[in-house]
Amino acid sequence: MDVQVWTYILVGITFAIYIGIAIWSKAGSTSEFYVAEGAVKPLTNGMATAADWMSAASFLSMAGLISFMGYDGTVYLMGWTGGYVLLALLLAPYLRKFGKFTVPDFIGDRYYSQIARTVAVICALIVSFTYVAGQMRGVGLVFSKFLEVDIFWGVIIGMAIVFFYAVLGGMKGITYTQVAQYCVLIFAFMVPAFFISMQLTGSPIPQIGFGSQLSDGSGMYLLDKLDQLHTELGFAEYTSGTKSMQDVFFITVALMVGTAGLPHVIVRFFTVPKVKDARVSVGYALIFIAILYTTAPAIAVFSRTNLIDTVSEQPYAEMPEWFHTWEETGLLAWVDKNEDGLINYRPGSAIDGAPDLVRLDGEIQRGENGEPLLNNYRTDSPNELYVDRDIMVLANPEIAGLPNWVAALVAAGGLAAALSTAAGLLLVISTAVSHDLIKKQINKDISDKAELRYARIAAAVAVVVAGYFGINPPGFVAEVVAIAFGLAAASFFPAIVLGIFYKRMNREGAVAGMVAGLLFTLAYIVFFKILYPEYNTPDYWWFGISPEGIGTLGMIVNLAVSLAVGMIYPDPPEEVQEMVESIRYPR
Amino acid sequence: MSERDLKGYWRKNLRYLSILLTIWFTVSYGFGILLAPMLNEIKMGGFKLGFWCAQQGSIYAFVIIIFVYVYLMNKLDREFGVSEEDA
Repeated sequence: MDVQVWTYILVGITFAIYIGIAIWSKAGSTSEFYVAEGAVKPLTNGMATAADWMSAASFLSMAGLISFMGYDGTVYLMGWTGGYVLLALLLAPYLRKFGKFTVPDFIGDRYYSQIARTVAVICALIVSFTYVAGQMRGVGLVFSKFLEVDIFWGVIIGMAIVFFYAVLGGMKGITYTQVAQYCVLIFAFMVPAFFISMQLTGSPIPQIGFGSQLSDGSGMYLLDKLDQLHTELGFAEYTSGTKSMQDVFFITVALMVGTAGLPHVIVRFFTVPKVKDARVSVGYALIFIAILYTTAPAIAVFSRTNLIDTVSEQPYAEMPEWFHTWEETGLLAWVDKNEDGLINYRPGSAIDGAPDLVRLDGEIQRGENGEPLLNNYRTDSPNELYVDRDIMVLANPEIAGLPNWVAALVAAGGLAAALSTAAGLLLVISTAVSHDLIKKQINKDISDKAELRYARIAAAVAVVVAGYFGINPPGFVAEVVAIAFGLAAASFFPAIVLGIFYKRMNREGAVAGMVAGLLFTLAYIVFFKILYPEYNTPDYWWFGISPEGIGTLGMIVNLAVSLAVGMIYPDPPEEVQEMVESIRYPR
Repeated sequence: MSERDLKGYWRKNLRYLSILLTIWFTVSYGFGILLAPMLNEIKMGGFKLGFWCAQQGSIYAFVIIIFVYVYLMNKLDREFGVSEEDA
């Protein structure tokens, strides 16, 4: 059977499971809708958190990104796991004891201020919307690549599925679907990794495989070979990277702290029954995440080696079938600059922008060697190969010559990763509207039933908006994700931590800190990423910190401003200090 | 329980936190970033040690740190009579 048939079968089965779970777990009250009645088992919650957290980016893009960044890819590996230590030690248990529904709830109550609550709601909405648009895009991509459905219809189908179980089941439905989605995505991620590790190194465990000797009998270590290939072609050594140390440091901090401050992750720890459960459930979540995150760098090394081995200095005429398939999707391209018929792979970009295929009456026009011709300008670099980072995971099974069902499995896994994250984010958006805005600010006497109705309407509207951005993505999606982490790091995290650990922090300090951290971070990112991208080089960055890492400085600004302004104003009222006291112990 | 020593409980919690966060910082930022070039001189099988700490070791350490904290806090909860089980 070919890949497409397999994909229809596997995607069909998984979607049927998600819908079945949604019908079984329909929510009847706001407590069920927002936090699954706070009755989720820690292990279940850990698994759901892992699926919630690992998005289309973790599943489809991260291993590819790392395979092009080498050591520098560390920022994602450490950055997106280390935050869980902060969550377990500094946030989750205390927020669970606090025992309300949302992050803005905590900020609003702790800082006895509607302004603080509103600032938190706005942050939560911005962060979640930027994120969810990327997920819908991921859904559309998988559909168009594997099922040859238009991106438009891919996104519509994805919207319909998420709509069904998020709007119907709320947190309860989402939690149990996420458990199923975790199983699908981790299985889909690991199977090709086992196979390829076995092929290349003879060790089935990828975490061990990428530090082993090659199985070709040369006795050479895989990583040594990759370093050697890189040096020969003029790339930086794979295991050393090119970013400056302080930039790696700052980006990692920003991603870690940002992770710990993301509302859709924090809110998952409101769903377990006890403080004790909140602590241990972060641990379970990180185990489930670590399985994928320790495999990704191995996949990165395998696919990088396979790629260079297959294409470098080889005649274009001898390229395998997958090379041509991906060329036609515009994710892979070759321009024969020196006209020798060989693929010369070097550092730097081969062409200006992403490949734009020359078509005449819809027919792809081909050059001397049969390669699709491009409209793009060629760069001065001797590099002739364009490789989109996203294909590394998608094409991995084909590059390694694995059976068709493995490729189909990767498609189903990518969808599971995108849908689970999208659902978690939509829930944050809908609670922010129905609970934090309508119930807490506009109409305090609203009945539980009416609030639940608003929550469903808000979720439905959010699905449509997210779908719109998935079909018509703003050109700066990648930049916006950096903003999401930077904002979370510079706004929520310091406010929550100070709220728990510094009893005398008052509303004036917290609000001033959040606003200062937010504006500072936003201004830096907008300046370099949107207004003046031509200045976006280390020469112009402050202290050599890239816009991706500026959230760290934003967090420091937030802390400094909070503490300074907090000194001027009086201590918080007695009952708030008592509340802080009471969340510090479980009972 | 009448007078519970909540201040003592909190002080101990803070001590655990500072010790564990120091370890957290050392294994990730210390070994994985700041000292990585130095540790890369040492090889462990096919891995350069700094590279391994950054892309594997630190993640394992994070998991261990969380479970150590869970263990310590469950013990501390019982010791100071604030455990949810005693209710």
